[in-house]
Amino acid sequence: MKNFLDIVFLIPLLPLVGFVIIGLGRKYLTKGLIGILGCGSVLVSFLISIWVFTEVRNGNNYVANYFDFINVGNLAIPFAFQIDQLSSLFLLIITGVGFLIHVYSTSYMHGEEDEHFGRYFSYLNLFVFSMLVLVMGANYVIMFIGWEGVGLCSYLLIGYWFKNTEYNKAANKAFIMNRIGDLAFLIAIFWIISRVGNVNFQDVFTHAQAGKFSTTDLSAITILLFIGATGKSAQIPLYTWLPDAMAGPTPVSALIHAATMVTAGIYMIARSNILYSLSPVTMNIVAVIGLATALLAATIALKQNDIKKVLAYSTVSQLGYMFLALGCGAYVAAIFHVMTHAFFKALLFLGSGSVIHAMGGEQDIRKMGGLSKHMKVTHATFLIGCFAIAGIPGFSGFFSKDAIKDAIFASAFAASPIFYVLAIGASLLTAFYMFRLYATTFRGRFRGTHEQEHHLHESPSSMTVPLIILAILSVIGGYVDVPEFIAPGVQFLEDFLAPVFSSSRAVLKTNEVSHQTEWMLTGLSALLTIATVIYAWWRYSRKPDMEDAKGFGKLLQHKWYVDELYEKIIVRPLNALGSFLSEVFEKTIVDGMVNGVGRLVNYGSRQLRLLQSGQVGSYVLLMVVGMLLFFVFQFFLRK
Amino acid sequence: MPINYYIFLSIALFCIGIVGVLTRRNAIIIFMCIELMLNAVNLLLVAFSKMHYLRGVAEGNPSAGTEGQLFVFFIMVVAAAEVSVGLAIIIMMYRNIHSVDVNFLNRLKH
Repeated sequence: MKNFLDIVFLIPLLPLVGFVIIGLGRKYLTKGLIGILGCGSVLVSFLISIWVFTEVRNGNNYVANYFDFINVGNLAIPFAFQIDQLSSLFLLIITGVGFLIHVYSTSYMHGEEDEHFGRYFSYLNLFVFSMLVLVMGANYVIMFIGWEGVGLCSYLLIGYWFKNTEYNKAANKAFIMNRIGDLAFLIAIFWIISRVGNVNFQDVFTHAQAGKFSTTDLSAITILLFIGATGKSAQIPLYTWLPDAMAGPTPVSALIHAATMVTAGIYMIARSNILYSLSPVTMNIVAVIGLATALLAATIALKQNDIKKVLAYSTVSQLGYMFLALGCGAYVAAIFHVMTHAFFKALLFLGSGSVIHAMGGEQDIRKMGGLSKHMKVTHATFLIGCFAIAGIPGFSGFFSKDAIKDAIFASAFAASPIFYVLAIGASLLTAFYMFRLYATTFRGRFRGTHEQEHHLHESPSSMTVPLIILAILSVIGGYVDVPEFIAPGVQFLEDFLAPVFSSSRAVLKTNEVSHQTEWMLTGLSALLTIATVIYAWWRYSRKPDMEDAKGFGKLLQHKWYVDELYEKIIVRPLNALGSFLSEVFEKTIVDGMVNGVGRLVNYGSRQLRLLQSGQVGSYVLLMVVGMLLFFVFQFFLRK
Repeated sequence: MPINYYIFLSIALFCIGIVGVLTRRNAIIIFMCIELMLNAVNLLLVAFSKMHYLRGVAEGNPSAGTEGQLFVFFIMVVAAAEVSVGLAIIIMMYRNIHSVDVNFLNRLKH
């Protein structure tokens, strides 16, 4: 068989072909054909990704150069793909979860007209293509192409129901907030070019390892890249777009706004790990922002009543957790959490989609309740997802969160005990709001209308099968990297990813933590989690939050009024500036200048016209005077 | 003869020409004054040409100073053309307004 690296370009190419065919033929293709094309292209990519993954496991690393993307002067940017441990793992997550969500979408979106159904799948395929380019790119520019591509697809899919103005506003918000981050990313790329001369990952990292970056350069580049990541991965201060992005169809929320796109920032930082490891200032910033986001979003999620909003804030919170891990130098733990989070968050979103589908579009959990009797598969898989995200021992979330918490404890961070306590707090909040959500939705008695109750049904198999697969992954996904103190020698993921992070490992210092301490800490946090789960389950199955919250709860329900704050300090002043410019500056100064020039010419020509008397004598006189002036100037005044 | 004499003569002729153009109203006289100015310049050119020629011969360059004479020929040709056009204009002017007084010719501004 030929070398596997000869066909890696097919992985992103197939979804692109799917996008073109479905996009152009959406008016002529039937839904069945669109579904087969959309899912099939991603499935083939997934199969190739598995092959690539096995090859990479055998130790094959590779940079595939295709052509010169930019070649100007001394700057050469190749269009190249990097196939290594990190990217092959992401390829599996993207195409695997992507495929399941494509399959799920075929029945979730079945009510749409043919044309819009095709539009949906073409966007989805374009998204998969962009995301694959993002993780496969072998330099920052190719990564940036994918980075922008996923932003575009996110915008298109949030605004998929474009007749709804609110949804369009949400799409605009997502796009604009992402642009702020993208600008920082772009500046970081320029900075790198000015210092290194090109943007290939290998060259940049070698440059950094050799210590050729000054501290200022390194801090500036990493902070700018991190600002880019805060936009894409919804961190403080740019996180507010993600909850609004729930305007898109639910499978989109699962794929783009939970499992893949929002982890792009984590991928980017993990990819640039050596830059971050060499810049302790940025590491601290990343950790603090990550922890703050994790806590802030978790508190907001406590009081939300929209099933998707709760999951959205939970996503923001989990992303904050991943950034906290990155900031503590626990790159493997962050990637591990990306992976398990992709499984269980996709599962939870698809489960909520199944619920919304059964409820006929209702998203308010106060009108649900007691759904466990009607939707057995959805209920069971959703419960598994909740266990996984809460970190119940044995489920995948437990292992990845534990890896992060251990890393925080062991990191050489001055404040790590405080961080550790706050991180446990965030994870307990997660357990609490997830079981509040679960109990309110599936336990107790039904609180919707009679008609809705009659309509309740389990979703078709094309929706439940992906749920079941994701549920299985949410359970077993954690066993790829069991903590060393529990079972030495089962750190598959850590061993697998070790080459990517080897240079960082040499730089970062960690404290040794004894196995007894780890057992104790893990046991303590597991017990606290279980206690929280039981309390939330018990409390909300009996009496869900039906009224609007008061006091502090009201603050949480209104999301700490962050949107209102942004409205006041950024949007309003900008609008005021805009209307000032258009009403006052434009009308008086710009128009005044234009009209003034016209008036000056009119006035001046009226005066100058008097010189043209028609008298030949006066013309000659003027001519002679002019000539005399010329002579005087030429012979006496000129130096 | 020193070159200064020629220069003074030329300046005198030129100034007479200018003053004539500025002060007289009769188109024919203005015309003659213009010719006077042109010839003042011609005179100067020829004088300098001669001067350069004498200096060039002394230095072993017999073709020095020819440019001045060439310019004179040019000016003569142009002046001849100008005379023919100018006189034609004056004749047309006389036919139209029965006068050669330029102050009557202020309709140029319309």
